[in-house]
Amino acid sequence: MVSRRRASTLLSAGVATLLLTVPVRASELVPYAVVGDAIPLPLAGAVGDASAGRAIVVNRIYTCLLCHSGPFTEQRFQGDLAPSLAGTGSRWSAGQLRLRLVDASRLNAATIMPSYYRADGLQRVGDAWLGKPILSAQQIEDVVAYLTTLQNPS
Amino acid sequence: MNRLRNISLSLLAVIAFTSRIEAAEIAPGERRSGASFMSVETQAMQNDATVNPGMLWVLDGEALWTRKPVAGRACADCHGDASSMRGVAVRYPAFDDKLNRPVDLEQRVNLCRVDHQQLPPLADESRDLLALTALIGRQSQGMPIETGADSRLQAFIDKGRDAFMRRQGQLNLACTNCHDDNWDKRLAGSAITQAHPTGYPVYRLEWQGLGSLKRRLRNCMIGVRAQPYSADAPEMVELELYLMSRARGMASETPAVRP
Repeated sequence: MVSRRRASTLLSAGVATLLLTVPVRASELVPYAVVGDAIPLPLAGAVGDASAGRAIVVNRIYTCLLCHSGPFTEQRFQGDLAPSLAGTGSRWSAGQLRLRLVDASRLNAATIMPSYYRADGLQRVGDAWLGKPILSAQQIEDVVAYLTTLQNPS
Repeated sequence: MNRLRNISLSLLAVIAFTSRIEAAEIAPGERRSGASFMSVETQAMQNDATVNPGMLWVLDGEALWTRKPVAGRACADCHGDASSMRGVAVRYPAFDDKLNRPVDLEQRVNLCRVDHQQLPPLADESRDLLALTALIGRQSQGMPIETGADSRLQAFIDKGRDAFMRRQGQLNLACTNCHDDNWDKRLAGSAITQAHPTGYPVYRLEWQGLGSLKRRLRNCMIGVRAQPYSADAPEMVELELYLMSRARGMASETPAVRP
């Protein structure tokens, strides 16, 4: 399973427009199609809710602000290991954001960004989290919906 | 045949070279104690023995040192004054001849209890075990850490290093991702630091108490949502050993204070 995932990483890097359906092991994970550096279609056809997405981004449980900062003036503790989320929606399309959330390691194997919608190929996962993705398909869509609202001021 | 051998040798060299690059350890000149990342107030708390809360455990340890068990001998009966332990803690984890593997200071205290005092081992993170290790550690305060000088430890250090470099948990992060590559950054506002265990057991303000390096390591493993090693797992001692050996030459601060 791991080698297939890695192999498809190489393929998608080489052929930008190649469409691949990713095999997914854990039963609650839905399959998705990668096109170039994006997942164009919403996971499980879910409709994202931007305000629910903001609540996820600022909730420490979901880990975003451990590394990122952003336009969250009410949040005292924000990280600086990763770029600010401000203007994210101007830099990336919804599909690009979706792939970066689902499995950023596909685009950069050395990234420290966790894969938020993945449950395979991980080592020594704690019992409480075994076989589960960090975010559900609906939560991924909520965060994508929120991040697309973060536009650079024009 | 020779050519084939040369090719495979140079391949090996390439592999060794690239694995070195991937794991960018901190250069000796750049090493810093966790204390240097703290506020001046917390540094002052550590440096003044009359306000360092870890000293309460050291005092407890002094009482335990001389307490005679019903049968058997007190620590002091064999070792004399606790000051005889000067230079001991800075060598741990150390190779144990009988077990043929490294043991950490907590395990050494417990081996001594079972083998020489006819006492049951103290529980992991128990007040008494922390008190004794704090007392023993305190005797080496200011001395350079020497862990890993024994060549028999090298294979175990390497295993600990591998564990440090290996991604784990639901968040899929290795220790090195933060502590080698991002020690100058802040995780949700908190300094990450370089993972040099120079002052264990430490009084951690977050814990409101003293804790071992193993407790701290379990915190980090739970943080990346990995399965934490148990206190007596060989992997735990190997990781402690690697961390202490990478702090070789740095001054011991036990009992340190950390945020």
